[in-house]
Amino acid sequence: MSDAIKLEKVILAVLVRNEPGVLSRVTGLFTRRGYNIHSLAVGPTEDIRVSRITIVIEEAEERLEQVEKQLHKLVDVLKIVNLTNAQRVERELALIQVNGEKRSDILQIVDIFRAKIVDVSPREVMVEVTGDTEKIDALIQMLDGYGISEIVRTGKIALARSNQ
Amino acid sequence: MAKTGAEVLVSTLKDLDVEYVFGYPGGAVLPIYDALYGSSLKHILTRHEQGAAHAADGYARASGKVGVVIATSGPGATNLVTGLANAYMDSVPMVAITGQVQSGLIGKDSFQEADVFGITMPITKHNYLIKDENKIEAILKEAFYIASTGRPGPVLVDITKDALMNYVSKSGSKQRLELQGYRVLKEGHPRQIAIARKLIKEANKPLIYAGGGAQDASKLLLKLAENFNIPVTTTLMGIGAFPGNHELNLGMLGMHGTPWANLAVQNCDLLIAIGARFDDRVTGALNKFAEKAKIVHIDIDAAEIGKNVPAYVPIVGDANTVLTELIDDTRLSHKDWILEIQNFEFPAQTAKEPKRGDCVNCTEPNMHFAELPPPCRQKDSVDPKVVLELASSLFKNQLIVATDVGQNQMWAAQYIKIEKPRSFITSGGLGTMGYGLPAAIGAQLGRPKEQVVLVTGDGSIQMNIQELATIAAYNIPVKVVLLNNRVLGMVRQWQTIFYNGRYSQTCTGSIPDFCALANAYSIPSLRVKGLDDLDEFKVALKAEGPYFIEVAVDPDESVWPMVAPGASLCEMFHASKAPTPSWQRGQNDE
Ligand SMILES: Cc1ncc(C[n+]2csc(CCOP(=O)(O)OP(=O)(O)O)c2C)c(N)n1
Repeated sequence: MSDAIKLEKVILAVLVRNEPGVLSRVTGLFTRRGYNIHSLAVGPTEDIRVSRITIVIEEAEERLEQVEKQLHKLVDVLKIVNLTNAQRVERELALIQVNGEKRSDILQIVDIFRAKIVDVSPREVMVEVTGDTEKIDALIQMLDGYGISEIVRTGKIALARSNQ
Repeated sequence: MAKTGAEVLVSTLKDLDVEYVFGYPGGAVLPIYDALYGSSLKHILTRHEQGAAHAADGYARASGKVGVVIATSGPGATNLVTGLANAYMDSVPMVAITGQVQSGLIGKDSFQEADVFGITMPITKHNYLIKDENKIEAILKEAFYIASTGRPGPVLVDITKDALMNYVSKSGSKQRLELQGYRVLKEGHPRQIAIARKLIKEANKPLIYAGGGAQDASKLLLKLAENFNIPVTTTLMGIGAFPGNHELNLGMLGMHGTPWANLAVQNCDLLIAIGARFDDRVTGALNKFAEKAKIVHIDIDAAEIGKNVPAYVPIVGDANTVLTELIDDTRLSHKDWILEIQNFEFPAQTAKEPKRGDCVNCTEPNMHFAELPPPCRQKDSVDPKVVLELASSLFKNQLIVATDVGQNQMWAAQYIKIEKPRSFITSGGLGTMGYGLPAAIGAQLGRPKEQVVLVTGDGSIQMNIQELATIAAYNIPVKVVLLNNRVLGMVRQWQTIFYNGRYSQTCTGSIPDFCALANAYSIPSLRVKGLDDLDEFKVALKAEGPYFIEVAVDPDESVWPMVAPGASLCEMFHASKAPTPSWQRGQNDE
């Protein structure tokens, strides 16, 4: 794709029937039609028959409508909520394994970010952080100087705030 | 009495009014075949699962009912893949039932195991894997519903052998969420319809562009065109949705469309698309397509609207429902516009024509048939349009045509005039060589009172030639018209135009002797080598049972006009070689 095309980041909450293969259907659709997935998180909902897939996609603006329409054609897709412009709470979770030599420095940073130390070993500490993408990016950047050995991040989840 | 999953499957098919199933047995579907034994459900045993899939597809297209195909696990099911992809591209309602290995053996690379559910996901409208016999009935009904409603399409149901063998318990409750996510919008938005109506009345140069989605709305399409005097162009899939000989029919548009249709698209000020999807073979260069027009796009699939071309007025809905609302009693005349179209000046653009006898690879010494006379040089041949126009008029345009893919397909589309919907059975979206013969079988069974004529090529027919056995075994009265140019004509034509006549691997030669082969299948045959044979040709077409007619065609015969891929529809090669338009044809062709 040429650089000239401006990509928009969009958050979609896709409610699907909790049937075998449904995640393959959704991701397969994205691959087949050449849409870019930025992140994806799946889990059960308040109704055991329904799962919720939160997808962050990066697409040229004029293709976004197509993405939603194509998703709607999947029989297992029950509902799509575009949360991009909604009042919402969004969270990601990350676990970061970082060199623990300068433990007090790290503790301070962890404190500022309201993160947590969840495991300690003689050489490393594991940090758990939740928040939006920017916050996690910022923490990772801060810890980078101390020597990060491993990172795992979930996809983003998001929920619209209820109306006043 | 308790029933097995397989018995429930067969009785459910009967409940769903299925008359024919096409299929091929094997280990995993033995329980189904046992349940079929002695059942009143008619099973057609094809000679290849691909044949069964295309036959079910042809049956569905011709009859409007859901086509059903059965295949065994592993290779049986993978043989359906082309047939499913083909039906998916052309929106054909089909239900494929495949056997799967026992549920306990899944995932262990068991004998004849293939992940058919995974393989067919992107080429079906929906698919299922059933491991629980108690779900068979409900899912099968759901599959038929999904296949046949909204924008139709193939649905695959993969069932494990144990689910087929186990006894279904009465209390088998279904812990499933109903089809909440599957909505079919029938009614178009009233405001959009009102805008469309207003635009139609204001337009000076309106044009209707009808696709496969207009096949079941042919009556209203005719009314729309006649009331408002709007010329109509159909896509390959739309042939028959509007009468072929109607004065307002400009013929097909697109790559091998008529100059009148293509130039009308480029000059209209309002384009009314009905059940059409702006495929690249239709539009040519997208950014130049219908440049001067506002587009009204009517389609039952919301995702089609705006997919390739932005719609000025989007209308999501069923063509019949929308057209009922759209048409009123106003009469319009677009005499000037229609005259303008009929008198279009064609740009004189000529393409490279093949140099006769230039086919290099038939003289290659290593060709196994080198001792035979050069296959491209036939002494006698017949112009394919003469043969096709004759067939068309012999049946007073009331025939059903199935085609294969290539030049034979385009010539059939250009020279046979189809008057009725669902009567031009062709692989449009996927362009599947080998589709024609089995599809003709299905179409003939779906419309037994009418005559199905297959127009095919020597390359295509050999991709499913084994189905001659099916024709013979069930005495299906299909008439095969093989336009034998001894080359892969359409590819060769591209080599002539775009590859300097370097005929790489497009010569199929004089093998086999098709008429002898047909006879070997106990089907009578006729070879048409010249105009003298045309009387016999007519007799063969009117024969009672099946007939195999081989027509000798010159390998250098080309399909014209042609718009090069990616070019604008105005840029046609050999526009002057187009078929005679409806308004210049005698009203009573024979
Ligand atoms: C399964 C498949 N393989 C390859 C092609 C590419 N292809 C398109 S037309 C054509 C030639 C068809 O030859 P034939 O059936 O003899 O018909 P003709 O064009 O000569 O009428 C080929 C190879 C195709 N459409 N389908």
